[in-house]
Amino acid sequence: MKKYARIGLYLLVLAAAIALPLLLNMSRKGKYQIQIFTLAMVWAIATLSLNLILGYTGQASLAHGAFMGIGAYSFAIMVERIGINFWLALPLTCLVTAFIGLLIGLPSLRTKGPYFAILTLCFNVIVVVVFFNWTWLSGGTAGQKLTIPSYLSQRWVRYYVVLFFLILVLLIERQIVKSLSGSSLIAVRSNEALAEAVGIRSFREKLIAFTASCFLVGLAGALFAMESGNLNYNVTNYLYSFYILIYLLIGGVATLAGPVVGAVGLYWLLDRIEALGEFRYLIFGLILIVFIIYLPRGVVGGIKQLWEWAKGRWTRKEVPSDTPAYRGPDEEVRGIGSD
Amino acid sequence: MTLLRIEGLTKRFGGLVAINKLDFDIPANSITAIIGPNGAGKTTLFNVIGGAMRPDEGRIVLDGKDITGWRAHNVAREGISRTFQTTALFEELPTWVNLVIGYRMRTRSGVLDGVFRTPRSVRERKETSQRVLEILAFTGLADYADKPAGSIPQEAQKRLAIGVALIGRPKLVLLDEPTGGVGLGETDEIITLIEKIRDSGVTVCVIEHKMRMIMHLADHIVVLNFGVKIADGNPQEVCENPGVIEAYLGEYIA
Amino acid sequence: MSFFLSQVIIGIQLGSQYVMVALGLTLIFGILDISHFAHGHMYMIGAYLLYIVMVLGGFNYWLALIICMAGLAVAGVVVERAVYRPLRGRPSINSFIAAIGLILVLETLVRGIQPNPLSVPQPIDSTVHFLGTTMEVQRLIVIFGAIFFVILLQLFIKRTRLGTAIEAMSQDREGASLVGISVNRMSALTFALATALAAAAAVLMAPLAFIAPEMGSTLILKAFVIVVIGGLGSMKGAIFGGYILGILEALAIAYVSSAYKDVFAFGILIVILAIRPTGLFKGREAT
Repeated sequence: MKKYARIGLYLLVLAAAIALPLLLNMSRKGKYQIQIFTLAMVWAIATLSLNLILGYTGQASLAHGAFMGIGAYSFAIMVERIGINFWLALPLTCLVTAFIGLLIGLPSLRTKGPYFAILTLCFNVIVVVVFFNWTWLSGGTAGQKLTIPSYLSQRWVRYYVVLFFLILVLLIERQIVKSLSGSSLIAVRSNEALAEAVGIRSFREKLIAFTASCFLVGLAGALFAMESGNLNYNVTNYLYSFYILIYLLIGGVATLAGPVVGAVGLYWLLDRIEALGEFRYLIFGLILIVFIIYLPRGVVGGIKQLWEWAKGRWTRKEVPSDTPAYRGPDEEVRGIGSD
Repeated sequence: MTLLRIEGLTKRFGGLVAINKLDFDIPANSITAIIGPNGAGKTTLFNVIGGAMRPDEGRIVLDGKDITGWRAHNVAREGISRTFQTTALFEELPTWVNLVIGYRMRTRSGVLDGVFRTPRSVRERKETSQRVLEILAFTGLADYADKPAGSIPQEAQKRLAIGVALIGRPKLVLLDEPTGGVGLGETDEIITLIEKIRDSGVTVCVIEHKMRMIMHLADHIVVLNFGVKIADGNPQEVCENPGVIEAYLGEYIA
Repeated sequence: MSFFLSQVIIGIQLGSQYVMVALGLTLIFGILDISHFAHGHMYMIGAYLLYIVMVLGGFNYWLALIICMAGLAVAGVVVERAVYRPLRGRPSINSFIAAIGLILVLETLVRGIQPNPLSVPQPIDSTVHFLGTTMEVQRLIVIFGAIFFVILLQLFIKRTRLGTAIEAMSQDREGASLVGISVNRMSALTFALATALAAAAAVLMAPLAFIAPEMGSTLILKAFVIVVIGGLGSMKGAIFGGYILGILEALAIAYVSSAYKDVFAFGILIVILAIRPTGLFKGREAT
């Protein structure tokens, strides 16, 4: 897509996102909808974080639900029990979650594919059990509450806060993907043996991606705590790891728009069909199976694939959709990821 | 001057001895060819030198430094790069991105450099860009720069694989059948490329089957059979060696 | 001492369940290389099928056992055909993800219809005294039932043509197909066997515990732990690992704490894979 057309599209979406609460605030039903979109954006941040490890190094982590819960609790405990300033606690939460991610990544990332997925899921289950039983940490049945500053008590204010962070995370991820270090990550995903042969230390790259991924999902957790106001052990549920994975795959793995489209779209859909109760997740499961077989690049990936095919740049092999455009022999290496 | 010294190198796979107490030297600034019948252990030799496999016995010394048992990424960083018999590329990525990745080991920018656009990241991107252009020109791939590596013609893919091996400024490149599956006319282009590589100061070691090509191209030939060295010298010496003639050359007329 | 002994026997009983599920997983994951993460949920469906056949349908327990095994064998074949066969040839993580979808479908389907735990009566509702301990008969049924089915499976693998074909596939899939073994038929057969075995495990275990939609979740993780640690494709490893895990878990519950019993198995996996990514027995690598 032409650069200006693409920027135009993004600005349009941004404008819609900014305008949304103003429109919704006018009705009572609308006010409730604001929270749905706020939470949807929180999940979008979590999905973007999983994208970093799955889309760009090819490792499927099923622990991101646990990390999100860890982030949420770390934030709540820091603010509520230790008394750290709300805004200072945010980056601290990211660092704590990143550190734990580093510890888990060190033994786990030596394995690949489904084994890595299983290991991370085991970790998630361990975290759930620990949180369930260790009531000092999790607050037992009463849970852990979070008192937010009074200026954040309005729903629409929190919406804009989360929107701000969503844009920030998108920019950060874009920078990573477009940078030289992004090329190492993509190399590891594309052909790990060859990456090693050209001097890339694949274990180190995976560890960096995993740690960065946990850094970002910690932020998602903190924002989740902010929006929910009260947490219990269930926030670390491994089902959340599955849902984040679904949002990512349906939206489009290895793209920047995909995680946002998937998370916001599906989370909003979940709310719309609430009447179906438990069976909503049955539909999720069916959609996942259909997509992984017939449309593995997701919605956004599928659209990009159509575009590339139309432009004659299509290859048979499954692609991480962010392929760059070279613009002439005199041009500097301007972008390794996509625009 | 010897660039690479192999001493007593042995590699076993269960009961099979793929390479058996191999000794030879690769002189700097030369084109050395490794030849031998199928199954002689040539690709295994490259795998061991390149760090994809660990030797069971013996030493590998590069430019005076013992690199025996080093892993692939460290061997690459130290200055040995290679191509593979079945062309290995990052197929869905454009040609120029393949080259960027090949140069990655020479840059030190990390994630934080990328996120914050530090001066180091700006400098290294410029450096990478320049080097990519140089290699595109050197290998004659400028026309394919934009295309996914998997979609360019077979022979261009071979040149790209060589380019990826070259871009990191190696001391030694190991080329595993660089003209495999390539027609006669295009073989000449690759031969010219290999000579250009040698002339630019990089030592080349080639595994090849095309005898006429090797006789003209190589400065130094090592002949393997069943994992054992049976001849070692310049083309003239090698094709007069009766053991070689018997094992491999058959009816080759010098 | 008798307390310890009774815990060991409970451990063997627990292990029996693990062994049967892990063996099925070994066949599918170790031999066909399909990441059938939903195997635990097939087990769960087996338990619910037992409830339907026995409590709603009025059949006797032993007849129900046969019906459930047959029914689930069919279900296994359907799953292989509909979900995993289209994904053949693609990286195995794709099958894993499809399995997650399947898990969601099965679990929410069941929970949506009947979220409350159910129970099934024991066919022989009495206890037995021996060696100073008292044990419910059903526990012994589980132990001997498992031994029976495991031996049956081993005989099938070693003594029949089809079984030999499966073993051939486990050694070299390409070679097996080159000598005329049909991958499609073998995949269907393997799934049928594995799922029938899981059904048997569910039927044996169900009278001792509640039937709930989540019953497959931690079970499948433990089965994967056993298969990976025991060595992919190694049936001996699965058997050995299953019983050991069962006994250790029972002892941990009795002497340490019952709250963290699941953590135990997973912690072991993380530690072992961190140290030896190839597992403890001969088999394929996890890296």
